[in-house]
Amino acid sequence: MSVLGPGWTSLFYLVAAVCFILALKGLSSPRTARRGNAIGAAGALVAVVTVFLSAKLENIPLILGAIAVGSALAVPVARRVHMTQMPQLVALFNGVGGGAAALVAVLELGHSEDPWVRLAVVFTMLVGAVSFAGSAVTVGKLQELISTRPLLFPGMPVVMGAVVFGAVTAAGFVVATGSTGWAVALLVLGLAAGLLLVLPVGGADVPIVISLLNAFTGLAVAASGIVLGNVLLLVAGTLVGASGTILTKVMASAMGRGVTGIMFGAFRGGSTAGSTAQSDRPVRSASPEDVAVQLGYAQRVVIVPGYGLAVAQGQHTVAELATALAARGVEVVFAIHPVAGRMPGHMNVLLAEANVPYEALKELEEANPEFPNTDIALVVGANDVVNPAAKSTPGAPIYGMPILEVAQAGQVVFLKRSMRPGFAGIENELLFDPKTTLLFGDAKDSLTRVLGAVKAL
Amino acid sequence: MMDPITLLTVVVLSVFVGFEVVSKVTSKLHTPLMSGANAIHGIILVGAIIVAGQASDPWLLTIALIAVVLATANLVGGFVVTDRMLEMFGGRKPARPRAGAGEDGA
Repeated sequence: MSVLGPGWTSLFYLVAAVCFILALKGLSSPRTARRGNAIGAAGALVAVVTVFLSAKLENIPLILGAIAVGSALAVPVARRVHMTQMPQLVALFNGVGGGAAALVAVLELGHSEDPWVRLAVVFTMLVGAVSFAGSAVTVGKLQELISTRPLLFPGMPVVMGAVVFGAVTAAGFVVATGSTGWAVALLVLGLAAGLLLVLPVGGADVPIVISLLNAFTGLAVAASGIVLGNVLLLVAGTLVGASGTILTKVMASAMGRGVTGIMFGAFRGGSTAGSTAQSDRPVRSASPEDVAVQLGYAQRVVIVPGYGLAVAQGQHTVAELATALAARGVEVVFAIHPVAGRMPGHMNVLLAEANVPYEALKELEEANPEFPNTDIALVVGANDVVNPAAKSTPGAPIYGMPILEVAQAGQVVFLKRSMRPGFAGIENELLFDPKTTLLFGDAKDSLTRVLGAVKAL
Repeated sequence: MMDPITLLTVVVLSVFVGFEVVSKVTSKLHTPLMSGANAIHGIILVGAIIVAGQASDPWLLTIALIAVVLATANLVGGFVVTDRMLEMFGGRKPARPRAGAGEDGA
């Protein structure tokens, strides 16, 4: 249908673009975040209705059917996914978006005569394909379908170089000739590049890579706006590309790492893998009852949750423990390290799911000055984020990363699965400190037993 | 094809706006923000609808419809999952009527 003239079409696209800006702005602040997301969705709805009313379209029933299929696939998964698996889902949605952009560009190649437009076509195809394949690898790593350790094979840099060279060559031929054969070759090489780029990344860095690929997809969508002569795609894609880049940088620096180090660290040998060597130095271990007594008679307890809590799905149990302690008059807060869990902010989402009030969650800067007034720091399934080596050992892989200074609390209790070091692969001196006690076991089991013992006090 | 200067203007301004709107975000909101931005680039659906609406032969139409399905999943699923994350953040009142330190970053 061509109900809307070009003027009205542009105007409605402008409305949608403004909605997207307001959405990103709203999402940056806790109070306005949910409204921001709703504004973004409204903007998307305006844009989709506008395209149906303005462009000259055939096959409308089939298109509506495809939209119904896409929604029917995505909505139930998005509604039902466990919060621990949410990073995978975000990565998956990002990947399919990149794939869609690449396909759109391939189909537009036939209508593109201008070499500049063809350049935008090859950019969209290549970046979209990299994002699709790269996201698929991150999903595999997060689901532990493939190893979370950096995967490398001999000669990988050479293969990567060959793939990049091939992709540039194919892209050149597509721009010069508009050939579909070269376009297909470019897509395949783009997929290969995506795989080779993300396979060498270690598990702990995967969240940063998801954010980076998110920015990539944004750029692919922006370029597709040039291909289709559509300003909305250009603006929305550029917004996501720019904000995604900033977000990636912020996340990486919260982990004390650089983006290039994450992407290419494994190639240079500075692997992101951890050692799995176990130490046999003596530690003080305790029973759940001992820990319950310590906690139950404390004045102030700070709980430091980490990856182990997320893996054990122990968020509800830890919330219950906090409530039980609060009922005994103990002041309980949670100290959240920016990169605790599998994604920055992941721990906040998990604890919010378990009904922990927002006010009880303290960020690093708020939590650290309070540790000297804290009787007990209860570290649940975290290690690297409290490792003093980040401050004291210049050679350590995590040196320079801000940590939660639990060592300043009166007592430190670790709930840990084993003595294995954290992902960074370095021993935590704090475990051997005289004021530290350890309770070994799965985080959820340990918490359940401690909770039972606290209730029995 | 749009006028190159107009194009450049739009891109440069969008980059600055993109940098500006997220520059002061609290780390608590990194994941929802990433997820929300992820949903926004699902707007490639508009492009997929256009190519599907102009596809002339069945093969091209099939590929275009696949693109529509993928883009819809990105767009709709992205907004739904972001909303679910945020639903858990906001809504509930604290169980204990203890004065919190006040919301930061707001």
